[in-house]
Amino acid sequence: MIAEIGLAVLWMAAALAVLQLVAGVLALKPRGANLIDVVRPVAVMQGVLVLIAFACLVSLFLTTDLSVKLVAENSHSAKPFIFKLAGTWGNHEGSMLLWVTIMAVAGGIVALIEKRLREDTLIATLAGQAFVSLGFYAFLLLSSNPFERLPEPAPEGAGLNPLLQDVGLAFHPPTLYVGYVGLSIAFSFAIGALVTRDVGPAFARAMRPWVLGAWIFLTLGITAGSYWAYYTLGWGGWWFWDPVENASLMPWLAATALLHSASVLASRNALRAWTVMLGVIAFSMSMVGTFLVRSGILTSVHAFAVDPERGSFILALLAIYIGGALTLFGVRASTVTEGSRFSFVSREAALVFNNVMLCGILGIVLVGTLYPLLTEAMGVKVSVGPPYFNPVSAIFAIPMLLVLAVGPLLRWRQDRLNRITMPVAIAAVLAAAVLLGVEVLAPQIKVLPLLGLAVAVGVAYASFLPLRGRNLHRTPLPIWGMVIAHFGIAVALFGMASESAFSTERLAAMNPGDSQQVGPYTLTLKNIAPVAGPNWTALEATVAASYAGGEPAILHPQARTFSNPPGNRTESALKTRWNGQLYAVLGEEGEDGRWQMRFWWKPFVPLIWLGGLLVALGGLLALLGRVASDIRRLVATDKIAYRRQRQGR
Amino acid sequence: MTTDPRDLVKKKPGLALWLPLALFGAFFVLVIWGLVRPADREVASAFIGKPLPEFNLPPATEARPGLATATFRAGKPRLLNVFASWCVPCAVESPQLAALAAQGIEIDGVAIRDRKEDLDRFLATNGNPFKRIGKDDLSQVQLAIGSSGVPETFVVDGKGVIRYQHIGDIRPEDVPLILGKLAEAAQ
Repeated sequence: MIAEIGLAVLWMAAALAVLQLVAGVLALKPRGANLIDVVRPVAVMQGVLVLIAFACLVSLFLTTDLSVKLVAENSHSAKPFIFKLAGTWGNHEGSMLLWVTIMAVAGGIVALIEKRLREDTLIATLAGQAFVSLGFYAFLLLSSNPFERLPEPAPEGAGLNPLLQDVGLAFHPPTLYVGYVGLSIAFSFAIGALVTRDVGPAFARAMRPWVLGAWIFLTLGITAGSYWAYYTLGWGGWWFWDPVENASLMPWLAATALLHSASVLASRNALRAWTVMLGVIAFSMSMVGTFLVRSGILTSVHAFAVDPERGSFILALLAIYIGGALTLFGVRASTVTEGSRFSFVSREAALVFNNVMLCGILGIVLVGTLYPLLTEAMGVKVSVGPPYFNPVSAIFAIPMLLVLAVGPLLRWRQDRLNRITMPVAIAAVLAAAVLLGVEVLAPQIKVLPLLGLAVAVGVAYASFLPLRGRNLHRTPLPIWGMVIAHFGIAVALFGMASESAFSTERLAAMNPGDSQQVGPYTLTLKNIAPVAGPNWTALEATVAASYAGGEPAILHPQARTFSNPPGNRTESALKTRWNGQLYAVLGEEGEDGRWQMRFWWKPFVPLIWLGGLLVALGGLLALLGRVASDIRRLVATDKIAYRRQRQGR
Repeated sequence: MTTDPRDLVKKKPGLALWLPLALFGAFFVLVIWGLVRPADREVASAFIGKPLPEFNLPPATEARPGLATATFRAGKPRLLNVFASWCVPCAVESPQLAALAAQGIEIDGVAIRDRKEDLDRFLATNGNPFKRIGKDDLSQVQLAIGSSGVPETFVVDGKGVIRYQHIGDIRPEDVPLILGKLAEAAQ
């Protein structure tokens, strides 16, 4: 019964999306003005209905209703609760339903609370949002119905890919999805503003919280995904420039650029056409990413998500939405009047530079990701990896980070560089000191990690400079947000550079009782014993790890074997200290009965993810600040309206 | 004096506005081509050029000895065939393996999650082109050499380095390709 209710509600929601689109388009014409009151309630109702449909699917997974095909194929009655829940979106159909749910709920929230935007722009935005949702409704209802029943209930479910049975990963895809879909709202705002030729500060202010929210989730999603890859894949790396990783990085880069240009538009009414274009690009990158992952057009470690037919469907949606939006942009952007002007030395100019550099990185990641396909079209097979991505992205990233240090100190519109010479010089001296110090202490260091360490220290110092001369109690939250996010970038960069420069690795065949040295650690293999979990069994090593001769800590790296479905996974063991991380992996038993053990000592590697979290925290503070001031203003305008009403009487 | 940096970027704003659409068009054409191109089975495996990992598998059947990495370092290129008795394409490719074995190519097998009786029946029905057959019940060797399914065939040179990975069954038309890769590996 629940499955049928879910499907029925989903169809009703799709019908409401049609209504929302048609009423929205008609309401923009002079004769349809009476339809204008329909659009908002319909959008809210659509959000509620989809939420019910999603709740139905969650309940089917939690009760493991094996008469439903999707549950039988992706779940198992013996799975722990948390993975039953995560199973809801750990498959194609469920993840598309989650996508539509977030999209419709976000649309409903816009309809409910957005009061700043011109009414016609808002209606156009909601119509655009309905138009985008409709494509995904079609996808769900016509080709990937999550509620389909089996003719006979299955005796037992097929389980979930062992690689995916991990708490971190259970919440990694929905986090990215919230980010992707948040960008769809920005996209709809951009469409709405283009349609009504209303590209101005009000549009930027209405869009900004959504971009910020999406950007926070993308940041968290990428950070969590990177940490997941780091500790479950057992390769000791934290970023592989895999197509799927790139697919999540590209929307983040575009959203970062959009965030900054929306700030310029909101505060200074400049960069109008550019902001609108980034609004389109950011969501395009989300869809391009989804397409690249789902279509299997590029080979990747995420091959479990591949299906060419679904890829074609997403590609068709991509053509309609992105092609359509970019055509609209080509037609309309020339009629977007030019915004305010600014000087070369100004905060706007620094933000423009940051935008160009971010788009440069975006471009090279996109080209690098598609390059294997491009050369294959010419008959050559290549794979593109870190030797391309690392140096080429650094060409853009390092100038961008230098401007990041200076830009926030500049005034809007026009400034003089000599006003900020002193603080910037201190940051530069700090960076130069690190550069020289590291070069002297570790002369074998490569150029990029060396530059990374130096720039990280300089930027970390400079990121706090916008606070100087301010009363810290009165500093607005968005300023704190910016400071913390920029500091987070520096922290993450320091971790990356340190990991790349100073990691040490030891691969050894060990008998119980043997000892090995890696970095400052002495590691002794105590024993190897079998252990069992709810749906896996494992061989578990007990390793005593003593830091610089101190009291040993006990680590338990495992080699797990899953039963439903069968599969293997290494479970690395980590020991985190303030100055780095020890990483231990249990390999196979060798010919002579000794065990393959792999150890890494990675100085300051946790800073990579700590930095990512700080960036997200910065975004959260900015979002809270923006939303709080919006609420204060809403309350104030309501009061004024109320007084006027009373006085009128 | 204030100047707008955008003035320098956009000499002809009219045309520049269509640039994103043009780039998207190029992307679109590329991926359409990528989707409709004939399925290409020659995967550029990440394991090509890497040495085989250390393993020592027990025999999967009494008829043949087990399989260890050392076998592949004997100086002559060999084929490593990942198969299973429960795998239909593995039976389909057996004439091609037999033809390769008849030409003096040495082929070793890794039997994935197989039972001895089933394997013996499979070898009796389809012939036994293998010099050695290792038993890999947990797919550990299979995963370690980057094979995600059965059958797959690896060309390994005389030093134990993987030179080519063939995914799926070896069709009659694939035999010259395999022989070519073996000849390359012998150089």
